[in-house]
Amino acid sequence: MEFSLNSPILFWIVGGILLLVLGQSVFFLIRAWQAGKEMGIETVKLRKTVVSSAIFTIAPAISILMGVLVLSKKLGLALPWLRLSVIGALTYELTAAENAAKAAGTSLSESATAVTGEQFLNITIVMTLGIIVGLVLVPILCKKIQGGMVNLRNKDSKWGEIVTTALFMGMVSAFMGLIFANIGAGLTGWIPVFIMIISAVCMALFGLLIKITKWNWINDYALPICMLVGMASAIPLTNWIGG
Amino acid sequence: MKRSYDEQIHIDGRIWGLIAGVAIVAFPLLVAIIYHLKPDWGVVLKGLIGVAPIFWTVGLIEVFTYIPMLGAGSSYLAFVTGNITNLKAPCAMNAMENAEVKPGTKEAEIISTIAVATSSIVTILIIALGVLMIAPLTPILESPVLEPAFNNILPALFGALGVVYISKNWKLAIAPVSVMLAIYIILPLLGVKGLDGLVGIFVPVGALIAIAVARVLYKKGKI
Repeated sequence: MEFSLNSPILFWIVGGILLLVLGQSVFFLIRAWQAGKEMGIETVKLRKTVVSSAIFTIAPAISILMGVLVLSKKLGLALPWLRLSVIGALTYELTAAENAAKAAGTSLSESATAVTGEQFLNITIVMTLGIIVGLVLVPILCKKIQGGMVNLRNKDSKWGEIVTTALFMGMVSAFMGLIFANIGAGLTGWIPVFIMIISAVCMALFGLLIKITKWNWINDYALPICMLVGMASAIPLTNWIGG
Repeated sequence: MKRSYDEQIHIDGRIWGLIAGVAIVAFPLLVAIIYHLKPDWGVVLKGLIGVAPIFWTVGLIEVFTYIPMLGAGSSYLAFVTGNITNLKAPCAMNAMENAEVKPGTKEAEIISTIAVATSSIVTILIIALGVLMIAPLTPILESPVLEPAFNNILPALFGALGVVYISKNWKLAIAPVSVMLAIYIILPLLGVKGLDGLVGIFVPVGALIAIAVARVLYKKGKI
């Protein structure tokens, strides 16, 4: 069979793999839901978690779809569809694909020539092996790491809770730092900082509104709304400042 | 005897992890078989040398960072479905915050798993729908008007998420946020490039700083 980047068979394979991962996600959702009910968590709380998580996911998922489009120009649609629907993330996949493409004697930005079958295979293997660590290590280490956390909490529940919060803080602080990474480039480098501030102010206003009105239901939608407000503000800000 | 959720989730996680791992690795294998192609291992090695040292290190660090953060069920799933830092972890954090569950508890484990599972399902469906409708969607997705909005999803996300976490845990936040700001502001000014790709390494650095500060404050009874 002659190789083609957008051959239907590649889409069938990817579709099959994604159905499997979709099945895994549904399985974990049902398993956690049942365990939550047995534990006495109210159905309303569980349902709210599903609804707010679904709403929260929409904007980032669309940005991931844009990443699929970027990679598809050189790699066809099937491979980026697979890589960005499961296991990968755009930042990783772009770097891995570019490195693999360069090693294979081409480049993602070079659109004059199509990727050959062998180049495609080499790129696919690099992208797969490059991110395999988490997939291999989680089944091996998860029980031990989780057990360590349970022991920590059993010894001192408050300290266990603080450690988990500190881990969250590590993530928030690293990404907040990242937002300032380009301020040396002048005013355009400050655009992400302004967006972060707008989004933060929006969230603070929601907090204030909830405190005053006691409309706690807003809480479930506050983060996705503020994210959208921040993202939307990027459009006029970029137009005014340039970038 | 019926196994507890905690025991069962590790068995389920390992089985599903194995199945998903085999399926993901099967893609290049099937491409090779169907098209009678042979990989050029020299090219593969060259490509891997460019990405493996950093991404395998980040992968290892992520395992130790996100499992205690997210819990077992969501970790088994998130490491298969990907997009952890930019989607799954913030989604789980937001869900735990809204459900008012204490991080690290059994309730938090359940809420986090439901959030990550829902997010994974929605992501897979949206991307599948997008791929099906790629022709009419391309002009919209490539629109220069919308480009700045989607380029700035992380500041928009971490601005909103950050204000919640920092306001509630400001004593824990001061040190890691200050250090991270210093790193990301000073190092680029000194000509250090490529810090964007190192954010996965800086997450545990920030966490260790926060834990160290928390230990001191906890011992002094300040938190």
